[in-house]
Amino acid sequence: MTFRSLFFESNSDGARSASSLARGTSFALALLALSAVFFASFYVLQYQWNWSSIFRYKAKFIQGWLATLGISFVSLLFSFLVGALSTLCYRSRFLPLKYLSSLYVELIRGTPLLVQIFIFFYVVADAAGIQNRYLIGIAIMALFSGAYISEIFRAGIEGVGRSQLLSAKAIGFSEYQTFRYVIAPQALRSSLPALAGQTANLIKDSSLLSIIAISEFTLNAQEVNAITYSSFESFIPLALGYLVLTLPIMRLARILEKRLRFDT
Amino acid sequence: MRYGDQCALDDFSLSIDSVRCLALIGPSGGGKSTTLRLLAGLEKPTSGSIEINGMDIGQSEPERLAYRQRIGVVFQAYNLFPHFDALTNVALPLEKVHGYSRSESITKAEAMLDRFQLSDHRFKRPAELSGGQNQRVAIARALAPDPDIIFLDEPTSALDPEMTVEVLDAIERLIDAKKDLVIATHQMGFAKRAADRIAIIADGKLIETGPAAQIIENPQTPRARKFLGACLKF
Repeated sequence: MTFRSLFFESNSDGARSASSLARGTSFALALLALSAVFFASFYVLQYQWNWSSIFRYKAKFIQGWLATLGISFVSLLFSFLVGALSTLCYRSRFLPLKYLSSLYVELIRGTPLLVQIFIFFYVVADAAGIQNRYLIGIAIMALFSGAYISEIFRAGIEGVGRSQLLSAKAIGFSEYQTFRYVIAPQALRSSLPALAGQTANLIKDSSLLSIIAISEFTLNAQEVNAITYSSFESFIPLALGYLVLTLPIMRLARILEKRLRFDT
Repeated sequence: MRYGDQCALDDFSLSIDSVRCLALIGPSGGGKSTTLRLLAGLEKPTSGSIEINGMDIGQSEPERLAYRQRIGVVFQAYNLFPHFDALTNVALPLEKVHGYSRSESITKAEAMLDRFQLSDHRFKRPAELSGGQNQRVAIARALAPDPDIIFLDEPTSALDPEMTVEVLDAIERLIDAKKDLVIATHQMGFAKRAADRIAIIADGKLIETGPAAQIIENPQTPRARKFLGACLKF
């Protein structure tokens, strides 16, 4: 085991590879380095760690985490529906629908989520008389994420090669058949990595819902912090809780990217 | 035939009777592909009309769609859908466009692939097939619904010499099987040997047309002579 093989990827035939031992060792080293920086800062601050106090409130953390999970999951489903609908409208030949979709996407993507939460909560939901904050939160996240997903779908559809459309035309496919058998399968596959990324974003962005007192993960952590005055001990588990949700998704995205590649 | 400011085909009038195989030859960018696409109903002429076997192929898109369902087209490349295997590529149009049941279309597709010696490759995706195999699957797909005419747009231009022969052999067998064919090609030898008539298209115009051997050996117009002279130089 040479120094080189332990710490460097080998580059044979243009394909990079490294042994598991090498990967494991280097990952541990990188983690150690980052942790060292982290703990050194705390040492300098002479911070008194107080883990026991927040452990008493572990139920709040768990409840909050579950609430975030639930809100994210339901919002995700609706955002896919909204996004798909928006993309279909955008591609419609009926101009009012096309502009409706285009306006929706541009407004949502062009404004901060925080602003959207305020406008939706204090203006729209109030006017419509909706009381349930969880419903409002889900609606906000669904509309927000829907716009980004709409763009992802649109890019996926437009990314299907022009020659494919000509080929479909040549074999006598109608427009609907072309969409159903040629465009949609390929658009979906090429969109998957971006969709996975957007899912992770939705989970993280849902933390902003804490601003309107929806009892999700971030708000609960803030409340524990307020009770115990132990900010780092509250927020580090918070970060870890989100990582537990987002890391698997990003991993899945990477696997899907590899699996669904077919060279044209 | 105009695309915006550009005129791809100008003042084009071609009239042919009793032809089995028509070859379109000419320099790249000269209008061969545009002509072929117009004949295949894939594009709408800016002005004028197209009649095949005494019938107008259609002024409106639905009419042209109906026409396209009775013909077969093979392009230079990227014919097949990359997310389906060879068998599905051939069977899907049979099922969805021509109304065969799923099992019937699969049987027909398998028979067609077998005819082109591609049975062993039927579950492979286009990315796993060679260029020549891809083109032969494309020909099988075009042939499967028993079309009235088959149009081929430079089917061998993207292939190396060995694969070119493979594909040209397949095309020749189509002609022998009494299929009507219109082929745009750079393969002069093939055009001379397999086609009945040749039309030379260059600079957006029809330069010359006549029986195959005669056109190649004895071109009449200076433009035709220039083109064929260049072809035969190497």
